[in-house]
Amino acid sequence: MVDHEILLEVKKLHVGYGAIKAIKGIDLFVKKGEVVTILGANGAGKTTTLRTISGLLKSTEGSILFDKGEITNTAAHDIVSLGMSHSPEGRKVFGTLSVEENLLMGAYTLKSHDAETLAWIYKILPRLKEREKQLAGTLSGGEQQMLAIGRAIMSKPKLLILDEPSLGLAPVLVKGIFKAIKEISENGVTVLIVEQNAKAALKLADRGYVLELGKITHEGSSEELLNSKVIQEAYLGKKK
Amino acid sequence: MDIFLQQLVNGLTIGSLYALVALGYTMVYGVMKLINFAHGDLVALSAFAGLTVYTNIFADGGTSIIAVITVFMFTAAIIAVVGVLLERLAYRPLRTAPRLSAVVSALGAGLVIQNAIMLIWGPNMKIFPSDLFPSTIWDINGVVVTFTQLMILGISSVLMIALYLFINKTKMGTAIRAVAIDQDAAKLMGINVNKIIMIIFVIGSALGAVAGLFIGIYYRGITFDMGWMYGLSAFVAAIIGGIGNIPGAMFGGLMLGLFNALISGYISSAWAETFTFILLIIVLIFRPTGILGEKVAEKV
Repeated sequence: MVDHEILLEVKKLHVGYGAIKAIKGIDLFVKKGEVVTILGANGAGKTTTLRTISGLLKSTEGSILFDKGEITNTAAHDIVSLGMSHSPEGRKVFGTLSVEENLLMGAYTLKSHDAETLAWIYKILPRLKEREKQLAGTLSGGEQQMLAIGRAIMSKPKLLILDEPSLGLAPVLVKGIFKAIKEISENGVTVLIVEQNAKAALKLADRGYVLELGKITHEGSSEELLNSKVIQEAYLGKKK
Repeated sequence: MDIFLQQLVNGLTIGSLYALVALGYTMVYGVMKLINFAHGDLVALSAFAGLTVYTNIFADGGTSIIAVITVFMFTAAIIAVVGVLLERLAYRPLRTAPRLSAVVSALGAGLVIQNAIMLIWGPNMKIFPSDLFPSTIWDINGVVVTFTQLMILGISSVLMIALYLFINKTKMGTAIRAVAIDQDAAKLMGINVNKIIMIIFVIGSALGAVAGLFIGIYYRGITFDMGWMYGLSAFVAAIIGGIGNIPGAMFGGLMLGLFNALISGYISSAWAETFTFILLIIVLIFRPTGILGEKVAEKV
């Protein structure tokens, strides 16, 4: 599935909140068809990185290229129509909208939603079909996460960005979520995923980056990172 | 019993007007968490603009139904533009500022509009022409219903049903609800939040404009500062119904109109406002988020 064409390229990106510099010059790229993960501790700047890529935050320096076009500081809603979809941290489903309405909002940029995509989402996330007419706010945390992912792929994106999809979920649900992500990736969607569950993320991903205090400290194939001593100690919980 | 039925008719009429104005408050609050205190002054501006449109364009041609429709459409369009400008100039620069700053800006914008009306049309009461609608009156067993009242009830109902369907059944309406829930998440769906906010101001201002014209036609006398009075009542109606909630604004408006009419009929119109606020306090004690207050269903 992976070819050599680069879909997303981030160059020397700096982002700050007022005087505080959250991201201090990071470089990363994602090739078409890949699954790439960004690992890092709380406060390392993972969410900030993703929010800047998808246009919710403005960078102070550096550039972001997506699908051969410059998207640095392009408005978030315009980036969606270019084929990037971001499922944010904390799921952020529309609580007082029904599950179906949430999914239809995911297809907002399309002239009409794609019945095939909807059917496919209901196939890989069958719980959503059962709860179609229910308000999203009444779903369990795991179901809300499924909805957030389903909603993000309704726009038929080239790149799917996932921010902590397993956060706060029971292990059995995490398994289901990762299975769904794998299936989405196998259907040709490129995935950039931030995870605190480093082991699960690296098992899924082709490559990974490690972000520490706003800088990338390690990068490599998932295998290299899984076997690296530093990574094992810091993120995989293995003792020296 | 006659008094009761008569006040019922009067109350539903004024209640429809409150409801139309209350919708403007509640929609803006729903999306921006801002009380648009200039909204009442837009209603007053509409009455004056409508008066000018009517007297300048249709004065000698006599009244035709087309002339009346044109006055309504044209005035609503003017007020919608003013509403959009209001958002651009007074609220958008403060979008991320603390809400108190935006509220102060709203109060200031209201004063600017009010004084602009006074400078353009003068400080004295203006009398609205009486020939926009036929002066037909029906007397049904002692209960008087005027043509104007029927028009107010009919047109307000149509507008409110149309708005309800638009918000609940269309893609754009769903997008408006999505923006009201979470602006960042809405942006990630590809929704242009600025455009949605503009649409909110167009709809809210246009509904307020229709109410302003009806106030002119129904009560005849219009003053530059009347926006404060009608605005405050409609704002109370929006809170009673549950601010941010669209059916709530409709319900709150009608309820407040009826309540005012019954107080006026059985006690004294001098007490109507006092009882309005007593009602507000009672509702807030028992239902702090209003009678149809926002559903709270989100799980974190």
